[in-house]
Amino acid sequence: MTTDQTASGHLTVSAESKSPYPADVLAQLHEDAALVIARYPQPRSALLPLLHLVQSVDGYVSGRGIALCAELLDLETAEVSGVATFYTQYKRHPNGEFTVGVCTNTLCAIMGGDQIWESVSDHLGVGHDETTSDGKITLERVECNAACDYAPVVMANWEFFDNQTRESTIELVDDLRAGRSVAPTRGARSVSTFKQVSRVLAGFSDGLADEGVGAGPASLVGLRLAHEHNWKAPGRGDVGDEHSPDASAAGQAGGLTPGLTSSTDTPSNAPDERPGQTPTTPTTTTAKGDT
Amino acid sequence: MSTQLSPILTKFWDHPQSWTLKTYEANEGYAALKKALGMSQQEIVAMTKDSGLRGRGGAGFPTGMKWGFLPPPDGGPRYLVVNADESEPGTCKDTPLMMAAPHFLIEGMIITSYAIGCNHAFIYIRGEIVHVYRRLMRAVEEAYAAGHLGKDIHGTGFDLDITVHAGAGAYICGEETALLDSLEGRRGQPRLKPPFPAVAGLYARPTVVNNVESIASVPPILLHGSEWFKDMGTEKSTGFGIFSLSGHVNRPGQFEAPLGITLRELLEMAGGMRGGKKLKFWTPGGSSTPLFTDEHLDVPLDFESVGAAGSMLGTRALQIFDETTCVVRAVERWTDFYKHESCGKCTPCREGTWWLSQILERLEHGQGSEADVDKLLDICDNILGRSFCALGDGATSPITSSVQYFREEYLEHLRLGHCPFDRDASSYFASDKESASA
Ligand SMILES: Cc1cc2nc3c(=O)[nH]c(=O)nc-3n(C[C@H](O)[C@H](O)[C@H](O)COP(=O)(O)O)c2cc1C
Ligand code: SF4
Repeated sequence: MTTDQTASGHLTVSAESKSPYPADVLAQLHEDAALVIARYPQPRSALLPLLHLVQSVDGYVSGRGIALCAELLDLETAEVSGVATFYTQYKRHPNGEFTVGVCTNTLCAIMGGDQIWESVSDHLGVGHDETTSDGKITLERVECNAACDYAPVVMANWEFFDNQTRESTIELVDDLRAGRSVAPTRGARSVSTFKQVSRVLAGFSDGLADEGVGAGPASLVGLRLAHEHNWKAPGRGDVGDEHSPDASAAGQAGGLTPGLTSSTDTPSNAPDERPGQTPTTPTTTTAKGDT
Repeated sequence: MSTQLSPILTKFWDHPQSWTLKTYEANEGYAALKKALGMSQQEIVAMTKDSGLRGRGGAGFPTGMKWGFLPPPDGGPRYLVVNADESEPGTCKDTPLMMAAPHFLIEGMIITSYAIGCNHAFIYIRGEIVHVYRRLMRAVEEAYAAGHLGKDIHGTGFDLDITVHAGAGAYICGEETALLDSLEGRRGQPRLKPPFPAVAGLYARPTVVNNVESIASVPPILLHGSEWFKDMGTEKSTGFGIFSLSGHVNRPGQFEAPLGITLRELLEMAGGMRGGKKLKFWTPGGSSTPLFTDEHLDVPLDFESVGAAGSMLGTRALQIFDETTCVVRAVERWTDFYKHESCGKCTPCREGTWWLSQILERLEHGQGSEADVDKLLDICDNILGRSFCALGDGATSPITSSVQYFREEYLEHLRLGHCPFDRDASSYFASDKESASA
C-alpha cells in the first residue's frame, strides 16, 4: 500500500497499476469520459475531471488511468503525469477509503489544529500522506479550507468537520475505521468514500445536494444580529422592480436589440490557434461592443 | 456602534432550505434577470460601472470597467469564468455563500454573460469543498429546468450554458491566469500579462474572470439600482461586502456590512475578544495583506483607508489573534503555506519562499541570530516586485509587517533560546481548560 513514491517525489508506477482495465470497467469509463469531454469547448479541459474520474475507479491516479486520459485527449502520458503531479488532490499511490485532513494553516493551527494533528497522527501511527494498514484512512495536513470561522477544522473526504477537538477527531477516525456512518457538520448526511467523492468531483451528481444545512451557526452570526436589531439593507433606490421603460427605449434608440448576443460557443478555435479565425457569423446583424 | 449590518446576499441563509430555487424565488430571485433581459447589453455594463462595484476577489478592480475592456465582438466565443477557488488563508465568504445561496451566483452569471455576450460560462471551484460543488451543480440543474439556462432563454434568443468545474487542490489556481491554464487542463501556472484575459483568456479568447461575490452582487444591483448600491459604503468603495471574522473572538462568523465599517465595530458585533484578552495582530484581507495591530481598530475597512494605513482590504478576511499568540509562529506557518503553494515558475518566489521558511523555523525555535531577521527583510525585498505573480509578493506581507511591529518579539525568541509562548493558551480548547481551572 505504500512506497510507490520515491524520496524525490517522483511517481513510480507499479506494474499492477498498469494492468489493463477489465472490459466492462473500460466501457463504463469511456461512456463517462465522453460525457465529461462534451462539457467543454475543447477536450483538454476535461483532464482535471477525468483524473478525478480515474480516482473514482482506481482510488488513485494509476498508470493505466494516465494512459487512458492521454489516449482520450490525444496527449502524451508525460503531459498527463505532469498535470496530475501538480495538484494535491491527485494521489500518487493507493489512497485510503477516507482522506482525513487536519487544517494546520496558521489560523487553525493556532486554534488547536497543531494539537489535533499530533494526537490523531499518534493515535493512527501514520504521518502526512500515509495510510493506515487496514487501508481505511489516509492522513493529511491540509491548507486553509475556507472555513476559518469554524476553526479548528478537519476535513473527511472533503466534507466539513467544524470546531474540532483532539477527542472529537479521534472519535471521527475511529468511527470511520469501524465502518460507522459519520455525519459532517455541514455537508451530506454521511461521509461518502474517497472513490464516491472522486466521482462527484468529476462532475457526476450523487443526488446528495439537498442533504445537510444551508449554513452553519458561524455563517449566521451577522444575520442573527441583524434580525435582533432589526437592521436591514436600505430600501430600493430610484430604479424599482419594474422595468424602466426609459432605459429600454434608450437601448433601442441606440440600435440595440435586447436579448440577442454577439458570441457563440461552437465551433471555437483549436487549442493553440490564435483568436479571430472562427468562421461562425454572429447572431446579430448589428455589431455592438460594450465599450 | 454606528454602522449597521446590511444583509443582502446573506439575507435568507437561515432558511432551512436556503439553497433551493424555491427559496431564492421567494426572495426576489431571478427578478433581476427578468429585468436585465429587457435591457440592452450596454445598459447593464453601464449600470454596473455606475454602481462603483469593485472586484471582491482581492484586488478591487472596478467590475463594470473590466467588462468594458472586452474587445468588440468578432463573432467568436467570449467567456465568463467565475473564480470560486477561495484558498487565501482566512478567506471564507464565497464558500458559505455558494453553500447557502448558490442561485445568487447563477443569476449573476446569466446577467453578466448576457451583458458581455457570452454563451458558455464556467465556475472554477476548488475541489476540496465537495458539498458546495454538489449545491452548485444542483442550482445549475434547477436553473436549466426553469428555463433560465439553455437555448433561447425566456424567448429572447439568448443561449447560455454553465459548466461547474472542480479544481484539484492548488492555491495558485486562484490567480486568474493560472486558473485559466488549469481550466484548459494544464498545470496551474500564471501567464505573462499582457495580454490580459479580456483580450486573450480562456482558449485565447476574450474572457472575464470575476470573483464569486462580485458576480453574486450583480442581481441586487440590477434590481435596486446603482444609486441604491452607491448609497452604501464610501465614496470610492461603494456597496456592501461580507466580512469574515475568525480566530480569538467570542463569536467568529460572517458579517455583511457596508464597506468602511471598522474592526472595532465588527469586534463588538462578534461579542468582543475571547476571554476579554487583548487584541495583538490581525489580517485585514487574508494572509497576503500586511498585518495590522490594535493601533488599527478604527481604520475604515474600505480599499483606500486600508491602503493608506499600509495594508490591503483584500478579501475582508479578518483573522484575529490575541496576546496569547506567538507572531513568529503565525508567520512561520504562513510562510510554509507560500512555500508549499509556490508554483515554481519564477526564481524569486520558488527559491525565496524556501529560504524564508528555513530562517523562520530557526527563529521560532530561538536559534540563529539577529542578522537572520535582517536577512528575512533582505530576501523579502528581493521577492516583492520581482516575482512573476502576486503570490510571491503576498508571501512577504506577513514577514515584513511582523518585523515592523514585533521585531522585539523575534529577538526575545533569540534571547530565551525558545518560543516564549504557551501554544495551548491560544487554542480553541483553552477557554474550557481555563474556566475549569478557574
Ligand atoms: C495567488 C493568488 C490567489 C488568488 N486566489 C483567488 C481566489 O481564490 N478567488 C478570487 O476570486 N480571486 C483570487 N485571486 C485574485 C484573482 O487573480 C483575480 O484578481 C480575481 O479573481 C478577479 O475577480 P474580481 O475582479 O471580481 O475580484 C488570487 C490572486 C492570486 C495572486
Ligand atoms: S510568484 Fe510564485 S506562484 Fe507566482 S509565478 Fe512565481 S513561482 Fe509561481
